[in-house]
Amino acid sequence: MTWLRRILLLSIVLASVAPSLARAVQPDEILTNPKLEARARAISAGLRCLVCQNQSIDDSKAELARDLRLLVRERLKLGESDEQVRDFLVKRYGNFILLKPPLDLETALLWGMPAFVLAAGAIALLFGLRREQSTPAAPLSQAERDRLAAVFDSDTPL
Amino acid sequence: MIVETGHYALALALAVALLQSILPLWGTRTGDSALTSIAVPAAITQFLLLGYAFAALTYAHVVSDFSLVTVAENSLTTKPLIYKIAGVWGNHEGSMLLWVLILAVFGAAVAIFERGMANELRANTLAVQGCISLAFLCFILFTSDPFLRRFPAPFEGQDLNPLLQDPGLAIHPPLLYVGYVGSSIVFSFAVAALISGRLDAAWARYVRPWILIAWIFLTLGIAMGSYWAYYTLGWGGFWFWDPVENASLMPWLAGTALLHSAAVMEKREALKIWTLFLAILTFSLSLLGTFLVRSGVLTSVHSFASDPARGVFILVILSVFIGGPLALYAWRAPSLSQRSVFAPFSRESTLAVNNVLLTTCCATVLTGTLYPLALEALTGDKISVGAPFFNLTLGPLVVPIVLLMPLGQSIAWKRGDLLGAAQRVTVAALGGLVVSILLVATVRGGSVFAAAGLGLAVYLIVGAFTDVASRIWARGQGGRVMLARAVGLPRSAWGAAIAHAGLGLTLMGLAATGWGVERIATVKLGQRIDLGPYQATIENFRSRQGPNYSELVGHTVISQGGAYVTAVDPGKRSFPTRQTTVTEAGIVTLSFGQIYISLGDRHADGSIDARLFWKPLVTSIWIGAVIMAFGGIVSLSDRRLRIGFARRAARLRVADSGAAPEPAE
Repeated sequence: MTWLRRILLLSIVLASVAPSLARAVQPDEILTNPKLEARARAISAGLRCLVCQNQSIDDSKAELARDLRLLVRERLKLGESDEQVRDFLVKRYGNFILLKPPLDLETALLWGMPAFVLAAGAIALLFGLRREQSTPAAPLSQAERDRLAAVFDSDTPL
Repeated sequence: MIVETGHYALALALAVALLQSILPLWGTRTGDSALTSIAVPAAITQFLLLGYAFAALTYAHVVSDFSLVTVAENSLTTKPLIYKIAGVWGNHEGSMLLWVLILAVFGAAVAIFERGMANELRANTLAVQGCISLAFLCFILFTSDPFLRRFPAPFEGQDLNPLLQDPGLAIHPPLLYVGYVGSSIVFSFAVAALISGRLDAAWARYVRPWILIAWIFLTLGIAMGSYWAYYTLGWGGFWFWDPVENASLMPWLAGTALLHSAAVMEKREALKIWTLFLAILTFSLSLLGTFLVRSGVLTSVHSFASDPARGVFILVILSVFIGGPLALYAWRAPSLSQRSVFAPFSRESTLAVNNVLLTTCCATVLTGTLYPLALEALTGDKISVGAPFFNLTLGPLVVPIVLLMPLGQSIAWKRGDLLGAAQRVTVAALGGLVVSILLVATVRGGSVFAAAGLGLAVYLIVGAFTDVASRIWARGQGGRVMLARAVGLPRSAWGAAIAHAGLGLTLMGLAATGWGVERIATVKLGQRIDLGPYQATIENFRSRQGPNYSELVGHTVISQGGAYVTAVDPGKRSFPTRQTTVTEAGIVTLSFGQIYISLGDRHADGSIDARLFWKPLVTSIWIGAVIMAFGGIVSLSDRRLRIGFARRAARLRVADSGAAPEPAE
């Protein structure tokens, strides 16, 4: 159960970070070049704030997220491409930082799942379309037969 | 004293649950009607006991009895009454008590209202319901006792998490829980059918109103939670693909699929085994949702009560109540009779395709939510699965669902005419296309995706009413005849049309986010900020004192072309007891769009960091959800779908066999 302990640890870190009053993207972070800034925002939206649960650094109020946002902007200003910025961060923090996991052997099942379920469903549907069989219904129980008889015997119209 | 009696009632409820889960099952097995008939009074007694326990806990919160640990940790004498009451379920222990109370409400409702149902099915259903109750009562009493006392009692409580002190969050958990727990009754029906080995169209008819009720509440609960996140978290997002949100979305997707497959089962006696599976799946996902939120496996912004120690207990409950019925299903399902005669073009086939797509969506969300956990447990590698993944995988699945919806409504049961149905939706399709093209041509700055999404939404809304319109409209007939026809249409047809149109509205709001305007700036007093068609100016700052917080408010005037439109007061609240600050976003609704202002840090020169948004059509996201739920209510009022319909129709029905087939709708 090491992952459980690690998550517990993460939650403690989170709890200690939460009360800080820093906020998501602040005015002083914004680049003067709007094109560069737009790229920075797009990249940030795809990067995970490592101390938060499932928040992008673009949304997060954590200090670390602010540092990462500044880092992304620094690298863009140096003329790096979006890909280079992401690669740099992945090298530093691992795939954990990408909110869209890369397709590799480990995530093949994750990315393949929609197609797999869809294909399974489609096959089942085709199978259902072709099978035109009908099994007889379960026989009536004694109680039901009695009631049926009572209904047939009574004079009340249905 | 009242608290002790509440605690005692809780323990008694456990004993009653034990009886309720064993005796009726035994009775139906051995044919002992005395034992079988215990189910009904047991379910009602359990409801009364749990109702009393819940009332006792509420009383303790209202009078601020800080000798109770849960009250001391979550309340404050100066807290407003509504949050004292909401505080009952604003914590782990109380929310679990609410969970079993709702479970008991559903059990009692089945006991009271479903009198016309076959005795055996009802007794078994209530027994299964008793089993769930038993497990959760054990969980509450042994690991999360809300009536735990502390001595000496503290003088003052620690206050409720400020984020939760909000009217939206006061009603969000009860709504969501009614949705989650409502699916339990459908699950119990399914397991009862598996136990008795009998499953027919009548079963689908009993179950449909209950599915609808759960679905209505789940829809409202999700919408409420999303709106809460939107206005409290302060950056204007409304859906984060957070595991806790996914946990509520999964049962909704499965429940939506179930709603449609149960319709097929009732009308055509097809998809029976599949419907049964969905019934089990929907509740399993609800349990998983409870597990994900309660166990602390995922720590997220929404998960306000986390404790890994309890996780193991819930894991056991989870494996028993998912594994058990699935095993029973695997054993029994093949022996259930199934008649699946499907014409390729018929309403049932479109519904089956919709089921495949919805289930794929559900499986995708489930995989995306659990994959990081599983991968880390197995290999130790950490990955993240976030919004970009879900948008990319679910987008292509939602589009065909939406395209298919009006078509499915327009095509007949049994052997439908695809060409005819396609002709009927032509108007809707053209409408959507024209809107898309106009938007691309006229509106600058928006993406093509947004325009396409809006066109799709128009197609869905117009298409939703196409079927109804074609059944009302008659050439050469007066308005009176058409009105009579409209009234005469089955309510379920109206319900479907309204609910589908509601989804269309939600889609419209989602698509319109593409035209949103965002400004992040350090704003000086009196400085005018352009926000799409409007301008915002922060005029002055004020301090305000609330009951348990102090607030800084920035009075902001919204104008359009120099003319005053309205004013709004975004603020920041400081809660001294918890030493937290919460942003109180200023939101104004202007013709379905909203201006959203959230304040940040204040600088020495009097300026303030602010995020200002113009969000066109954003309210239609939630209005759409409310309309969806309203469609569900209209369906529920359908003569054939009312709860207890079976009782009134009992005279006409022969035991619980399918009776005469319904005329095709």
